[in-house]
Amino acid sequence: MTASNMILKLDSEIDYNVSSVRADFPALSLEINGYPLAFLDSGASAQKPIQVLDRMDRAYRSEYANVHRGAYTLSQLATDNYENARITVANFLNAKTPDEIIFTRNVTAAINLVAYSYGRTFLRAGDEIIISHMEHHANIVPWQLLRDAIGIEIKVVPIDDRGNFLMEEFEKLLGSKTKLVAVTQVSNVLGTILPIKEIVRQAHNIGAHVLIDGCQGIVHESVDVQDLDAEFYAFTGHKLYGPSGIGVLWGKLDLLNEMPPYEGGGDMIENVTFEKTTYREAPARFEAGTPPIVEAVGLATAIDYVTSIGLEKIANHESKLLTYATNELAQIDGLRIIGQADHKAPIISFVLDGVHPHDIGTIIDSKGVAVRAGHHCAQPLMDRYELAATARASLAMYNNTDDIDQLVDALNYVKEIFS
Amino acid sequence: MEDDIRELYQEVILDHGKNPRNFRHPEDATSEANGNNPLCGDKLTVFVKVGACQNIEDAAFEGRGCAISVASASMMTDIVIGKKISEVDALFGIFHKMCKGEEVGETPEKFEDDIEKLMVLSGVKQFPMRVKCATLAWHTINAAVHGEHTVSSDNQ
Repeated sequence: MTASNMILKLDSEIDYNVSSVRADFPALSLEINGYPLAFLDSGASAQKPIQVLDRMDRAYRSEYANVHRGAYTLSQLATDNYENARITVANFLNAKTPDEIIFTRNVTAAINLVAYSYGRTFLRAGDEIIISHMEHHANIVPWQLLRDAIGIEIKVVPIDDRGNFLMEEFEKLLGSKTKLVAVTQVSNVLGTILPIKEIVRQAHNIGAHVLIDGCQGIVHESVDVQDLDAEFYAFTGHKLYGPSGIGVLWGKLDLLNEMPPYEGGGDMIENVTFEKTTYREAPARFEAGTPPIVEAVGLATAIDYVTSIGLEKIANHESKLLTYATNELAQIDGLRIIGQADHKAPIISFVLDGVHPHDIGTIIDSKGVAVRAGHHCAQPLMDRYELAATARASLAMYNNTDDIDQLVDALNYVKEIFS
Repeated sequence: MEDDIRELYQEVILDHGKNPRNFRHPEDATSEANGNNPLCGDKLTVFVKVGACQNIEDAAFEGRGCAISVASASMMTDIVIGKKISEVDALFGIFHKMCKGEEVGETPEKFEDDIEKLMVLSGVKQFPMRVKCATLAWHTINAAVHGEHTVSSDNQ
């Protein structure tokens, strides 16, 4: 270990105790193929702290019934838990009211909800939606479905080779036909942090609405939706150390209440006759059927967990680890990091000369290292770099320099096999 | 596990992966098919020239993929040239079982050499996520000789 690495280790331990964070995550003590697990795929889905697991276990064992229905004690308890989770999310995002928080299945469901309900109500043939070249398929395909259904146009903001969002190109695309800008907060492949506040400001200048896909962003920095001032913000629970099966769509309340339901069913209606049905206001309007009850409780617990540790401290730790990992990986001959934007979240995509990312993934797994290999559901971005795939290490609050060292050793083993 | 890795990435596979045989686009191909692995974005095109007696006069491929899928395509094209389509079908059936770790059973003696060559890829059975890499080229040639144009390795 070099002196600077030693300083880094000491430094992060002073204001952030990564060892005690790690102790909260049971999965991190797993052995994989005879090695300690180095889990570097939190960008796909994060591991869960014991606090979340215990809370969900309790909710299922002794607080479980359906919500918003039964006039009995358990149902009231489950309803209170579910609605309190909504309040926790609202406070976390600094929403004006919990009514602006819609629980969905994940971000994909949230964006599809907006594309369908908002898209078919507010957009017309010839209107334009602007996305970026860095979008996940979840923020591309729903708009293409809408395009095919009603004839809107999709414009794409280009990026430079380093992966920076080109603001001046964005400004050129903005015009009188632009009705919606839908961009990610952080690229899931390149790690680029987009200037979302400036994007919102520019879009509002010409009267367009904005949707932010926050699933990679909210994990690494706190978000204040009132300050951000976009119309929609979506994130998912499972990347934020919460359960899978729950996501959040935040939207400005007036707008949500002008949007028709996306799915019909129980719990979202005021009155149903065979001739006519009237709908409740947001959020109930958009939560047809039995919702992810215990998942909401788990998500609220995950939010309590990260806020108790401190999002800023987490971001600071991750940022130092990103620098460490970037420097260590750069020393591997033939390794090229894809995505070197000026502002980056702790996501490192890379390719290794002469070795396909899938082979990297399989071989380093034999050394206990978990990374994502593939196109990361961002094929247009892969095409931009003329790559079929990359390997991606994504860092989380519980990763440490040992994880990075284990990755580097494993990559050297890959090189040995392919030499 | 490391032994499994060494078995999967043995010399002959790495060699075919780095220097694939029949990596070209024959002008006189009579049919071709595209093979996609939607999980990883890998793409192969397999070209075949089928003769009058339903025999493979030439086979080649182009595309990009991992060491396993490229090595498999390389070895496959080597093996199928000169064979009847029905023999290619039979070999595909045997190879598929090998990759999935299933019992192959009695095999015709005429395939002995080919099966021995293909055995080097059978290490993939320890890696269920990678079976599709090994079988993609075979799915694709199967589509080419039977008149389909695109296959996805999801469909297996």
